[in-house]
Amino acid sequence: MRFVIDGMTIEAQAGDTILTACRRAGYYIPHLCFHGDLPAQGNCRLCLVESKGRLLPSCLTKVTDGMEVASATEQLHTLRLRLTQMLFVEGNHICPSCEASGNCMLQALGYRLGLLDNHYPQFFPRRPLDASHPQMILDFNRCIQCQLCVRASDQLDQKHAFVVAGRGGEAHITASSSNGQLGSTSFAATDHAAGICPVGVFLGKGVGYVTPIGERRYDRADIAQAGDRNA
Amino acid sequence: MTEGSSLETAERGGLRRVVIDPVTRVEGHGKVTILVDEANRIHQVRLHIVEFRGFERFVEGRPYTELPVLVQRLCGICPVSHHVAAGKAVDILGGAGPLPPETEAIRRLMHIGQILQSHATHFFHLASPDLLFGMDAAAQERDFFHVMDRRREVARDGIALRRFGQAVIAAVSGKRIHGTCAIPGGVNRGIAAQERQCLLAAIPEMLERAQEGIEVFRTCYAADLQRNRAFGTVPGNVLSLVQGDGTLEFYDGVLRARAPDGAMVFDGQPAAAYRQRITEAVKPWSYMKFPFLHELGQEQGWYRVGPLARLVNCERLGTPLADAQRCAFLEQEGRFVQSLLATHWARLIEVLHATELIGDLLDDEAIEQPRQAEMGPWRQDAVSIVEAPRGTLIHQYGMNSDGLINAANLIVSTTNNNQAMNEAIRRVAQDELDGHVLTEPLLNHVETAIRAYDPCLSCATHALGQMPLIITLQDGAGHTLDAIMRDHDGQIVHA
Repeated sequence: MRFVIDGMTIEAQAGDTILTACRRAGYYIPHLCFHGDLPAQGNCRLCLVESKGRLLPSCLTKVTDGMEVASATEQLHTLRLRLTQMLFVEGNHICPSCEASGNCMLQALGYRLGLLDNHYPQFFPRRPLDASHPQMILDFNRCIQCQLCVRASDQLDQKHAFVVAGRGGEAHITASSSNGQLGSTSFAATDHAAGICPVGVFLGKGVGYVTPIGERRYDRADIAQAGDRNA
Repeated sequence: MTEGSSLETAERGGLRRVVIDPVTRVEGHGKVTILVDEANRIHQVRLHIVEFRGFERFVEGRPYTELPVLVQRLCGICPVSHHVAAGKAVDILGGAGPLPPETEAIRRLMHIGQILQSHATHFFHLASPDLLFGMDAAAQERDFFHVMDRRREVARDGIALRRFGQAVIAAVSGKRIHGTCAIPGGVNRGIAAQERQCLLAAIPEMLERAQEGIEVFRTCYAADLQRNRAFGTVPGNVLSLVQGDGTLEFYDGVLRARAPDGAMVFDGQPAAAYRQRITEAVKPWSYMKFPFLHELGQEQGWYRVGPLARLVNCERLGTPLADAQRCAFLEQEGRFVQSLLATHWARLIEVLHATELIGDLLDDEAIEQPRQAEMGPWRQDAVSIVEAPRGTLIHQYGMNSDGLINAANLIVSTTNNNQAMNEAIRRVAQDELDGHVLTEPLLNHVETAIRAYDPCLSCATHALGQMPLIITLQDGAGHTLDAIMRDHDGQIVHA
């Protein structure tokens, strides 16, 4: 089975989505909430592509033989830029002091998309840290609600340590315990969920900035070449 | 304590208010207000540091490991001082044992690299025009671009020294400004062998340039020796770090304070003792506190920190070329010299000292592969003190059992020098402005006094040559009588 994206013909296997086929072929489509070990959920919408005039999440759209897809268009670039700016303004992303700086997929995507300002007003939400766990701190200021930690804890770790709480604009990730604290769950720092965050929510206690500037994943190559930090 | 102190507060009735805002060619933002009567007699002079930091609140609730990277954003000129001071604090909080020697050497290297680049920036780029062309030179000629034009060799010395210091910082931290290095119990990288050799190869040239800088200053200073010695000079106590044997210390050590005549106020005090030795006073007209030596009281206990304080407070520097220069300096100016402008002389001797220290530190190939310290249980409280380019810098933090910061107190060098700078500008106002029609060149004398302290006024950096100066004359009721402005191009216009 073959399909064409941005004029390039790509081989696909039965059951492939556009994103998985492109990833296997080494063709980059921006994404934040996708991980190869977990079913796609289409949360971030950054992988939107266009086919027959419709915008489709490439992580959820199955390839059909001969389909024609566009990803590298001006319209989609602007759309992805605006989505990324929304992710920045709805959290508190202080890159200069963030330990994930240089290893952060959101930051790397911002660089790739040419993000130079926020475009939208900052929300400045109040999101207290959860430091109740002996080995890990959760800094939800950086959370983009991709739900990768929720899915990883559910499906890879079988612990259900995280849950989405609240509705609409109030929706947020929290520890799945009676007091909402990570320390009251069975989460361990070695869980898949601990290493799957595309940004900088999960911080090891007592460690930080161990990778020197210049050696971080996105210091020398952009995200299309350097790949996902959580791969 | 001094005549100048009488100029701190005056009755406002019938006085004109002259404002220098912002003070230019200093690192950061400040303003000076002067109250004069109809006969141009000076009644009140105050330096206001218009800085809002807020970092003591920003860090509350953050993981302690973030401190070195977070607090270095206080400043774009001296971030390394804050990074290193916080790095020492997170060692304590994280329960680190003694750092392996090569690991401490890397931190020292970064710190001394900054001493070098900051001092070079301050003297050559910011202060030298006053000395090379005179405080009364036309405003549009008192900038570094004219130094490049008319004293090219001096400008080249400054640029080369600053660039070298920044290269040292970048080799350690990955960036010239706001890199990363200190982590709990260590550093996050060694110095690459090629970088180490490359920097070492530049040391002889830098030593030569540093010595040329001292000669340039000495010539300028000697041109009007008596006036330069007296300019803005008010005897004061001095405070700095020294090693146990009295050798100058930038990175770690014990606190020593002396009276103006050299008598020891205290010595050998560990960092944590600052809380018993230093008290911070508050004055209603300033956002910045006024620290003083507790045992001498608020009136007698103000002190200065920085290059001159360090050089007179210590017994030796510990490197041969700089020690020879220090001896010559103290022999000419006196063992406990107080002259304000001699601060630049001391600064340039420290440039030479820093260059020698960098050479010594780079000479050890062990810094290519640093080890981490042994880690033990966390501690809840940490005090660390370093000597920043402008003087003694104090960081104190408290931490809860979850590893989050719950208290912070930072006493930066400028705060330590707050009263000293106020005393200096009052002396200048009294000696050089009193009774004269206030002109821009005359007001520059006040700025020259501030520049001598190398004040870290900055919470942010300012681009050279783009800082406007506005001087307004107001009557006692606050009505503007006249105003002149220097625009971004250096042109003086009536506003």
